[in-house]
Parts: sequence; C-alpha cells; structure tokens
Amino acid sequence: MAMNMARALLLAYALCWSLVAGAQVAVPPLSGRVTDQTATLTAEQSATLEQTLRAFEARKGSQLAILIVPTTAPEAIEQYALRVAEQWKLGRKKVDDGAVLVIAKNDRALRIEVGYGLEGALNDATSKRIISEIITPRFKQGDFYGGISAGVDRIIRVIDGEPLPEPKGKLPGDTADIQQYVPVIFILALVVGGVLRAVLGRFPGALVTGGAVAFVAWLLVGAVSVALVAGVIALFFTLLGGGMGGYGIGGRHGGFGGGGFGGGGGGFGGGGASGRW
Amino acid sequence: MRKFRTFLAALIVLSLTGCGYNTLQSNDEQIKASWSEVVNQYQRRADLVPNLVNTVKGYAAQEKSVLLGVTNARAKVGSIQATPELINNPEAFAKFQAAQGELSGALSRLLVVSENYPQLKSDANFRDLQAQLEGTENRITVARNRYIKAVQEFNVTVRSFPSNLTAMAFGYKTKANFAVENEKEISRPPTVDFGTAPATPQSKAQGAAQ
Repeated sequence: MAMNMARALLLAYALCWSLVAGAQVAVPPLSGRVTDQTATLTAEQSATLEQTLRAFEARKGSQLAILIVPTTAPEAIEQYALRVAEQWKLGRKKVDDGAVLVIAKNDRALRIEVGYGLEGALNDATSKRIISEIITPRFKQGDFYGGISAGVDRIIRVIDGEPLPEPKGKLPGDTADIQQYVPVIFILALVVGGVLRAVLGRFPGALVTGGAVAFVAWLLVGAVSVALVAGVIALFFTLLGGGMGGYGIGGRHGGFGGGGFGGGGGGFGGGGASGRW
Repeated sequence: MRKFRTFLAALIVLSLTGCGYNTLQSNDEQIKASWSEVVNQYQRRADLVPNLVNTVKGYAAQEKSVLLGVTNARAKVGSIQATPELINNPEAFAKFQAAQGELSGALSRLLVVSENYPQLKSDANFRDLQAQLEGTENRITVARNRYIKAVQEFNVTVRSFPSNLTAMAFGYKTKANFAVENEKEISRPPTVDFGTAPATPQSKAQGAAQ
C-alpha cells in the first residue's frame, strides 16, 4: 500500500516536471545583440544590424536587441517577449532604457518589448505604428532584413528624441566592470605595497599604495567611485599585509571574454506593442 | 546579569531573522509594491476610457448600449477606492476584481463592435488609443502576474516552518490572490459555429475574451 502510494507520488512528481519541461520555449542566452534561431538573416546582415545597435549603444547608452525564434507556442508572444526581457535585462540599471524586438517567424507575430525608461518616447502607440507601418508591410513581402533594419532605424530615431543620461565612456556590458581589474589591483597592492611598506613603514606605505592603486584604477576604468573602492581595498590589504601570497589571484576571474554583450540590468513592465503579418 | 540580558536580546533579534520575521517584512512590502503597480495600471486603463468612448462615439454613436456599458463600468471602477488595505480585505478585493472584470468585458465588447466600422478602424486616433489599450492590458497582466508571485512568496513564508510560528505570533495571515474572473467560461470548450447566421456581438465578445 505504502509502496503504491510512493510510486504514485513519484509518478506525479515526474509528470509535474515533464509538464514544466514541455511547457515553454526556452529563452536563449544573451550572446549578441542579434540572435537569429531561424537562419533568416545572412551573417553579413546580422553583422550590419549588430554594428548599428552597437554604435547606437555607444552613442546613446540604450541597449537594443533582436531575437528571431521559430515559434513561441504555447505562449503568446507577449508572455514570451516579457520573459526574454526579464532574463536579458537590457538597458542600463535604474535608467531601464532597453528594448527587444522579438519575432516569431512561423507564428507570423512580432513584438517590441520596451523597458520602463523608454516608455515615454517609444510608447505603445509609436511601437504599434512602427510595427504596422514599417515592419509588417516588408515582412508580408518576405523582406525580413528590410523590415527589421527599417524598424530598428525608426526605433533608434524615436529613442534619439528622448533625453537620457549620457552613456559612459565604455559600453557598460562590455567592460567597466571592477571585477575585471581585481587581479591587477591585487598584484599592484602586493608588489608595490610590499616594497613601500618596507621602505616607509606600515601605515605611510599603505597610504601611498592605496593612492597609487586608486590612480591606476581611475586611469583604467575612468570612474571615480571604482577608483576609490580600489584604493581603499589596496590600503587595507597593505595594512594587513604579508600573508596574502597564498591567495588564488584571478583564478576565479579567468573567464572574461572580451567584447561579450550582457544586459545592464534594466527593468521591463510589459510596455510595447505586438503585431502580426 | 547585565551581560546575560544583552546576550539574550541579541539572541532574540538574531532569531527573528532566523524565524523569517525579516522575510515576512520584505515579502509584505513586496506585495504592497506589486499591488500599487496593479492599481497604477488599472488607473491607466480607466484614464484611457473617456477618450476611447468619445472617439468611438464619433463614428458609431448608434452603438448606445455598448458605449453606455463601458461608461457605466468605468464609473463603477472609479467609485472603488483602491487603497493598500484592500488587499487584506477579501470581500473588498473581490468587489474590486469584479468591477475591473466588468470593465474588461465592456471594453472588449466595444472593440468587437468597432470592427464593424471601417472608418473608425482607419481613424489614426482610434488606432493609437487601441494600441495604448492593448499595451495597458498587457501591463495589467504583467503587474497581476508579479502580484500573484509576490503573494505566493508571502503565503509560502507564512505557511512554512518555522516562519509560520513567527507569522502566527505577529498575526500575519495568508493573503488573497487573484482568481480568473471567468473561470466557468474558460473551462468550457469554445464552440465554433460556421453557420450562415452572423454572430451577434455578444457571443463574439465572449470569444475575444477567451
């Protein structure tokens, strides 16, 4: 009896998981600004779009991305697009200036999902117009690249009309991450700190090291806050000094690929518009 | 003795964290924030209604019953104060839900009726309003989903051990969640009728709602 019960429970559990597994189309990991799972765009076209979006992000700070999937069934495109937006977190943190163009090719449906910060310029009515007046007429003729490219151009022009905070010198998703400089700071603190401590004494040595590291960090990253944090870290390490040789420096930070693209942490709330062709 | 008392106080404070008191607090606050967003989006929809009704009136003034239905539903929604206390009062919550559901129904009927007026459909203003309404409905869905998740998290904390003891001690109860308004309707399989008789707007509206 108990055995049967346990078996039934196990079965129910397995069924639950299989339902979950089969329920939704997975959101692909964010690897670039243009993700085409249907091979609709040629490599050249993808690269051109990628370049356009990249240049726009460098100029304006907003992150845009394009995703083409075969289908979003059983979900509606709205739900799927929101999941994509929530997972990718495009747009700068607190500014929330991201937008995703999701195209479900076999469903003949598309959606522009707009982050909170862009809802003023790229509002629902504007998004709908971009979809129905610019993108879908071209899609109807089978001109996918033309539709996407014209749509993206219009989106960019619309966002250009919105005053947003200036972009940082470097793209937020690409570099400007203090973690990337942690190994450098460690080595600096170790080497310079060790020498200076021997020459100047514990506290003055630490102070000078902190200052030097802060300056170098400022040169590397260009943000005062990051430089200050780095300086303080260096100061403390030199003060405590000595026994850090055994630290696995940089071992954890080995996986930094240059030129990767990541979302900046922008928020979405379901703004935007959908259309069909 | 003094030391012991300090130690005890510190222990109690720490155990509050361990017993989920802080989790309860942050979940509760999360619910309030999500609820505000829900109300915010409902308000946005209500604000769109007068404009929409006026635009439709310009082309389809003869659809009096539908227009009146929307206006009345809008008035009803406006009469309910969506205070944060609402979420702790299941009865008021249900009433709020019913009023919003009625407005949803009335609006979808209005959009179905508007399909019969080509001039209205090609009116730029109407199309913009329609896009805004669609967007707002989508935002409402998103806000409701996030609220549902927040309530779920809170309720799980309230009911699971050992935080349920903390919840009991401080009088936290599980909160009401959204229910689908037309539960009966969607559990019925949709009927497809290829008969020659044109479908009435009423039945089409139900189809659209599904």
